[in-house]
Amino acid sequence: MSDEQHLIHRYLRSSKRFPHVWCPGCGIGIVLGALVRAIDASGCSKNDIVLISGIGCSGRLPVYLDFNTLHTTHGRALTFATGIKLAKPNLKVIAVMGDGDAASIGGNHLIHSARRNIDITAIIINNQIYGMTGGQASPTTPFGLHTASSPFGHLEHPFDISKLVEAAGAPFVARSTVYHARVLEKLIGRAIEKKGFSVVEVISPCVTHYGKMTGMNSPVEMMQWQRDNAITVEKAREMPVDEVKNKIVTGVLVDIEKPTFHEEHARLLREVR
Amino acid sequence: MQTTGERVLLQGSEACVRGALAAGCRFYAGYPITPATEIMEQMSRAMPKAGGVFIQMEDEIASLGAVIGASLGGLKAMTATSGPGFSLMQEHISFAAMAEVPCVIVDVMRGGPSTGLPTRPSQSDVMQTRWGAHGDHPILVVAPSSAYEFFDLTVKAFNLAERYRSPVIVMADEIVAHTRESVVLPSLETLEIEDRPKPTMPPEWYSPYRDPGTGIPPMAAFGEGYRFHVTGLTHDINGYPTERQDETEELMTRLFNKISKDFHLLQWYDSYYEEGAEVTVIAYGSVARSALKAVKMAREKNLPVGLLKLKMIWPFMRRTVMRYLSSSRAVIVPEMNMGQLSREVKRVNQGTCQIRTLNRIDGAIISPAQILASIEEALA
Repeated sequence: MSDEQHLIHRYLRSSKRFPHVWCPGCGIGIVLGALVRAIDASGCSKNDIVLISGIGCSGRLPVYLDFNTLHTTHGRALTFATGIKLAKPNLKVIAVMGDGDAASIGGNHLIHSARRNIDITAIIINNQIYGMTGGQASPTTPFGLHTASSPFGHLEHPFDISKLVEAAGAPFVARSTVYHARVLEKLIGRAIEKKGFSVVEVISPCVTHYGKMTGMNSPVEMMQWQRDNAITVEKAREMPVDEVKNKIVTGVLVDIEKPTFHEEHARLLREVR
Repeated sequence: MQTTGERVLLQGSEACVRGALAAGCRFYAGYPITPATEIMEQMSRAMPKAGGVFIQMEDEIASLGAVIGASLGGLKAMTATSGPGFSLMQEHISFAAMAEVPCVIVDVMRGGPSTGLPTRPSQSDVMQTRWGAHGDHPILVVAPSSAYEFFDLTVKAFNLAERYRSPVIVMADEIVAHTRESVVLPSLETLEIEDRPKPTMPPEWYSPYRDPGTGIPPMAAFGEGYRFHVTGLTHDINGYPTERQDETEELMTRLFNKISKDFHLLQWYDSYYEEGAEVTVIAYGSVARSALKAVKMAREKNLPVGLLKLKMIWPFMRRTVMRYLSSSRAVIVPEMNMGQLSREVKRVNQGTCQIRTLNRIDGAIISPAQILASIEEALA
């Protein structure tokens, strides 16, 4: 067993019944691994991490890990996270969501958390489809794609989640794919370190549903697609806009300084008391 | 905003806020809505001064989500809203019931359905407080009829929430929330304040949903070293999702029993002019004030009438109500709705007593004269 596996085992819940719920070839396990390595590198104690999720395949991530874990309602992970962060400001609060969870049913909470700049790290696992319910179109499903709920081709255009949260005011936004697991780990690490609302969008394969709809029938094919279509943000800046359009731009997209809600609240408490 | 024991002029909403503070509430999340906005505005001033947290959320769903989060973080937390916002909160009321997270939700009822009559009173959420949230679950709902009771029942709502690890709803109405009246609030020392049961065992022995015998598992706050899982999924004693029938039934049964075992402690009411009453008016909220006036007027005319004012709405006080049903010839249930609580009264009646409903749905309170007329009809 490699050292890496040993590290994961230090964070998995020994009392939790396995196997996990994810399909073979799913990217969420890779996100879990990257998250654990990032938390381990951050030096945070298990007691100080709160890991929160919504509903969907990504919603099942926290239960496997030995932190303070909370599996909330569909789309509302960030609202619970807000309450916990304000009640216990010293805890590191991390919310894991899917694309439907974060950007459709939870879209309002996502943009307002970014605007409010609450000190939470949001990891949005974007597989461009509703996986748990069987492959319906999500807010990031590409135009024209045939899905379980768009059998004649999707009539709507997708959100760019990273641009959405940037516009809403998030001071830290990064994107990676699960193929670039090491980069992902570093980006999650930086997001956890960042004061304020930090977002990491992770492009992740859903072989079972998205793969089926797009004709990519194996996890390897989907990984290769990620590898071949991802470019770094530095490279993207040198490329013509039209060429960048269909690429997955990865790296740190936004990193600015802004006072957080919690800092403003602490100042308010000092002033009124 | 402290309780002093002095006589003060208070709006019902202010009394509610003082009650929450006295009970130890240190987190408020809400969204503006008529006629509950005053509670939120008072909280925005009071919470920072008390060292607590006030946050205006993006909607009512988010408000109750934040409240539940704060409660898991160890704070006593509440929100307040009215009909439309209360409908949005139902999903999270269900979550709080399932995950057993103490929280208090104030619903200041206004006319409905839909946007309805935002500035007018009604009592049309009685059934929504009980059955609005999805899934079979117990709920605790109290209903104040005055500023004093708004204070008192808010304190008690927090106590119930903490004691039973349950969402508790304070079902007020526009009149109770907006009426200013002279109130003598009890001094803080005399108040009984309850806190949630905390684990005393070391973290490695802690199972967050194991029944300690009382039906109510001790509750650690996140960050206290007890790392555990909380989910809205049906879960085992460790909080982990399960679909096993034995574990499902055990959880569901415990959720109901933890409250039903104490039904005898949850008969909260005031009785007036019970002596020799052949007719009993059963009322709650602001309508109970009209009813008391009507009963006094009737007694001046030597009519044998009494009033049973319900302060606990859910669980329905079957035992208490049955006592009045068996001792009365007729019961009158005046309500600002088309007959919601009266359905419960009819359900427990078992045919022994005549039940008369008195409903008003035009956005105005039921007047004492209306109730008096109904009393006279019942006795005729």
